[in-house]
Amino acid sequence: MSAATEAVQTQQGATARPWRHWLRQVAAIMRLEIRRSLFGKRATLIYLLAVLPVLIMLMLALFGTERTWTKTVTDGHGNVTSQSTMSRSGPMKDPATASVVFAGLFEGLIVRTVIFFGCAWIFMNLFRGDIVDRSLHYYFLAPVRREVLVCGKYLSGAVGSVLLFGAATAGSLFFFYYARGYSASAQFIFGGPGLKQIISYMAIAVLGCLGYGAFFLLIGLFFRNPIIPALLIYGWEWLNFLLPPFLKKISVIHYLTSLAPVPISRGAFAIVAEPTSAMFAIPGLLIVTIAVLAIACWRIRGLEISYGVD
Amino acid sequence: MTNTQSNTIVFDDVSKFYGEILGVNRVNLTIAPGITSLVGPNGAGKSTLMNLMTGLLKPSRGAISILGTSPDRPDELFQKVGYCGGFDSFPPGVTGAEFISMYLSVHGFSRSRIEELTLKALERVGLLEAGNRKVAAYSKGMRQRVRLAQSIAHEPSVLILDEPLNGLDPMARAETIDLFRTIAREGLHLIISSHILQEVDMMSDAVVLLNNGYIVAEGDIHEVRDEMDDHPIQVLIRCNRPGYLAARAFEENIIVEAKLLDDRYGLLIRTRDPDRFHLALNRIVVEGDIEIETVASVDSDLNAVYQYLIGSEGSSI
Repeated sequence: MSAATEAVQTQQGATARPWRHWLRQVAAIMRLEIRRSLFGKRATLIYLLAVLPVLIMLMLALFGTERTWTKTVTDGHGNVTSQSTMSRSGPMKDPATASVVFAGLFEGLIVRTVIFFGCAWIFMNLFRGDIVDRSLHYYFLAPVRREVLVCGKYLSGAVGSVLLFGAATAGSLFFFYYARGYSASAQFIFGGPGLKQIISYMAIAVLGCLGYGAFFLLIGLFFRNPIIPALLIYGWEWLNFLLPPFLKKISVIHYLTSLAPVPISRGAFAIVAEPTSAMFAIPGLLIVTIAVLAIACWRIRGLEISYGVD
Repeated sequence: MTNTQSNTIVFDDVSKFYGEILGVNRVNLTIAPGITSLVGPNGAGKSTLMNLMTGLLKPSRGAISILGTSPDRPDELFQKVGYCGGFDSFPPGVTGAEFISMYLSVHGFSRSRIEELTLKALERVGLLEAGNRKVAAYSKGMRQRVRLAQSIAHEPSVLILDEPLNGLDPMARAETIDLFRTIAREGLHLIISSHILQEVDMMSDAVVLLNNGYIVAEGDIHEVRDEMDDHPIQVLIRCNRPGYLAARAFEENIIVEAKLLDDRYGLLIRTRDPDRFHLALNRIVVEGDIEIETVASVDSDLNAVYQYLIGSEGSSI
């Protein structure tokens, strides 16, 4: 079978069953992009970022539970005059305190830093990286609808970020429970609120990747230098606790923190707003994500590429 | 869609502006199968026309049809169009074979077919052995060839090539021109931009001459020359008595200019009436007993045509 024949068949298949054809193209784009974003040299920073909270939780698990040491006092001749055993309780010792510590670490480090900057790197590079490498035109010269290209690239970023930062969240949770010991953890997970908390944290991580990912993909399409808008969003998200309630809702972090299973204190200056219920927060975030992707599709349809001079 | 539309590339009153800067203006053009060359100096609008054809740029005005398909429909267009742009860039870290197969996978071909087409494309450009090496380690000529291979891998009906011979050594150049001719003989459209006029002359069926965003002339190279009736043509004559020949030609009022070459055996004349000149030349040769070595029309090459049309030296294009 010649290429022309197969191309005609592909074309006929695309016309008869466009969704199947588009899905095949999305899968092909995802394979290329995941390989590039997760296995290229540029991915090293992302791995380091993802492993950071796991290492911190490991440290807390090892040294943050209870520390016991012996204090010995000697005279000038080396004779022991007194000896006492001392101990100090770490933040992970008390289950209630440990939950708050983890909640703070999850929001401050995992969501606001690791997922935010990780998604910024992964999703902004999906298009901006190709533009910088001057290789985006190869996609534009393939028989693929540009909307399909946006879907393929976004899904590749989503899969990569959810795998990495989901694993970072899971690893952090593992060491959080490891610090408590097996029986206490099992009791907390299966006999208490532990399982719900685990699901909530994982869901927040996934939703964070999807929501931030869509915004950063769009920024990568609009801005030649996307770092400045990314930092502006970062500032907006960080200052969210100071904003009046109606402005709080124009952010991703508001909906993510609304889903947090353990509330954390935001300080004396925080303006309290009613959290959005999961029933509205989850579909709301997904709808906003889809709307942002629709803008990205509109943008890419009109995107022009001109390399070199005439 | 008429039969003609489905077999031609049509620009219908197409203009492209970059802000206030003109890219191309009011282009009306119909390109038939065969090798068509876009020729012009830097900034003439060659790459703009190519990018408009492939949808990388959107026209500010007018419409374009590539074998009946609009460039707004990339999913249909690139089933039949291949484009080798002028930019020497690649996705980082890929081998030559990966570079071709990765974009073939987006077409929706089966894995075995992708492998087969990749090998075939590499073979056509003479890169079969180097296919598994990283593109970053390729020479400029090899990079040019692997981009060409990528653009022809899906066996398109229209091949658009921006300066495809740049960076190729003479052997590769000759082989690539042969490849273009073979592709054109298969009934494909080949649209090539170039500023090397000698090569354009050698391989083109038709030329489109551009300057400052406007089409200056288009058509068969000889037809283009015929359009310029107002311009005198140049004829080179090598003989043993060039001075006598020049004097007699002026007496007969059949030439407007004569230039004796340094070797004293060559005469370059310009005439507005070539038919009358050739008749008179026979008579003068007989009367003066002149031994003629060569009579050659200098103007039939594209360089001269271009020089007449835009007032620019061909060599500087």
